[in-house]
Amino acid sequence: MNETTRQRRVDRAFRILTASCALVVIVLMGGILFELLRNSGMSMKEFGFGFLTSDAWNPGAGEFGAASSIFGTVVSTAIAMLLAVPLSLIIAIYLVEVAHPRVSKIVGGGIELLAAVPSIIYGMWGLFVFAALMQEHVQPWLGRWFGFLPLFQGPPMGIGMLTAGLILTLMVLPFITAVTRDVLQMVPPVLKESAHGVGATMWEATRHIALKYGRRGIVGAVFLGFGRALGETMAVTFVIGNSHRISSSLFDAGNTIASSLANEFNEASEPIYLSSLFELALVLFGLTLLFQTLAHFWVSRMQRQEAGSR
Amino acid sequence: MREVRKSILALAAVAVVGALVLPAIAATTLNGAGATFPEPIYSVWMYKYNEIKGIRVNYQGIGSSGGQRQIKAKTVDFGGSDAPMKGPDLREAGLIQFPMVIGGVVPIVNIKGVGPGELKLTNEALAAVFAGDITFWDDEAIKATNPELELPNEPITIVHRADGSGTTWIFTNFLDKVSPSWHEKAGFGKVVPWPVGVGAKGNPGVAAYVQRVNGSVGYVEFAFAKQNNLSHVTLKNKSGSWVQPTIESFQAAAASADWESADGYYLVLTDQPGEGSWPIAGATFVLIHREQEDAAKVKAMFNFFDWCYDHGDEMAIEKDYVPVPENVVEMVRNTWRTDVVSGGKACYK
Repeated sequence: MNETTRQRRVDRAFRILTASCALVVIVLMGGILFELLRNSGMSMKEFGFGFLTSDAWNPGAGEFGAASSIFGTVVSTAIAMLLAVPLSLIIAIYLVEVAHPRVSKIVGGGIELLAAVPSIIYGMWGLFVFAALMQEHVQPWLGRWFGFLPLFQGPPMGIGMLTAGLILTLMVLPFITAVTRDVLQMVPPVLKESAHGVGATMWEATRHIALKYGRRGIVGAVFLGFGRALGETMAVTFVIGNSHRISSSLFDAGNTIASSLANEFNEASEPIYLSSLFELALVLFGLTLLFQTLAHFWVSRMQRQEAGSR
Repeated sequence: MREVRKSILALAAVAVVGALVLPAIAATTLNGAGATFPEPIYSVWMYKYNEIKGIRVNYQGIGSSGGQRQIKAKTVDFGGSDAPMKGPDLREAGLIQFPMVIGGVVPIVNIKGVGPGELKLTNEALAAVFAGDITFWDDEAIKATNPELELPNEPITIVHRADGSGTTWIFTNFLDKVSPSWHEKAGFGKVVPWPVGVGAKGNPGVAAYVQRVNGSVGYVEFAFAKQNNLSHVTLKNKSGSWVQPTIESFQAAAASADWESADGYYLVLTDQPGEGSWPIAGATFVLIHREQEDAAKVKAMFNFFDWCYDHGDEMAIEKDYVPVPENVVEMVRNTWRTDVVSGGKACYK
């Protein structure tokens, strides 16, 4: 056998090996989607499109609706993103552009550690420490000064939508910060130096050079955090209060799709109950897919615009 | 080369022998799954039984509904459930059920200055609190039975189970029995449409929420309330006397119940008559198939249950459960004799 056929053979084996590994991902995705669809068939037939708009959740009477879970998922994620994105950007900018390298190293290490803390720890800490803080200090204060808003009405229980949103904020913060920091660090120094060279301030250089250069990566970081917040289960289950109601007050208890699944899957005995939970899971799958696609679309549009403006 | 071949042969021999022997060992292992409420006492019994008889019995606390599902699917040898199945359902599924041990559910509160057993609630008041009709602790209906307590003007937060639960089943069954308006609003079941309140996962979750939130009220298994020193509520029973949750008051509820005429032991020990009966008690049940495929296995199973009934009482009381009354145990043994067969022959003698 000569050298080139051997090489070709190795190449082919390598190609087949890698392709089959990649295929596993596709098969898994398809398998999950198939199973979810198959198992939620009964609930789809029974409730139709109304499943998405009804907030009835009464397993005893066989009534199921996903609205309260979708609402809770969206609201808790929105709180988390609203707070975590600006905060993460500020921290990342500080670490890369402002802080002394030694400080940056220490704080950055801390953030990476935070990102590695398992979510159950956040949940337990949230319930035993953070919820008490919310009940005794934060919620009474919010109620006193902002109680005229429907958002901050009702008795301060310490647990509920707001607490869940804040715990999520803490959970996604290190993710977004760590990735954004890496993105900003990859901005070529020569670009920033030339900005300073033409007399730009630190803020101007950051805003017009670093953030602009890295914005695709930053969007990616945001969506990484977003995905985590959307599907986070244990920590949310601990502090959200798990009630199938839609309430205007953030102090009130709520639920998310993931928390409902974690709570109720074990004891769902009737076929229609199980099927509704599967459809709930399908909704979460769909939501995630939808936002992933939107993110992808957005990033590629940004890419095109950049190419066009050049 | 020969050496290698030899060792491969030896390995193969070991594997073959292992494959032959392992199932024989596995045959003496019994598997059960179901309600989480009796899990602590089941695991004590199983540990002790294994120590004495060398037979392994495993039990997975996956919840009552899960227990029913698993035994119907025959993935386990026996199922556990806090909510009994009705007679016709049992026959349809080819199952029998029998009570294994008895426990109680107790309402717990977190009100500043109110200690264990100090708060007295009538059945109507308790149901109204959980239905959201009474919203403050200094409500007249609560004050009326607690003239000596300083009740704060604090909103009431209801804490209920977020997961489906036999504990919820027993507790709401009681509310359903004593309050027509609760019956209208929510009914009873392992999950009910709670009119108000927050949900927590498992007994530990409810206890943690109640301990966290000022002015809250929830319900947990007695064993759990006692071991964690939670402030329970004193309740009024069917005979009109105030009772505390104790082993004795659960025993009283179990003793005054009419087991004889309960089809398939479908009996809920809530709101039972008797001077000293705690009104929210409940048995936890074991489910097995009427038709057994493996005679040796079902024999091992009956040996274990027999041993639990005969020798498990003290361990149960130590873990804050109540043993099934002796006369009921005899009834259960009769049921085994007449109803469980393997290959057409009775399995229990």
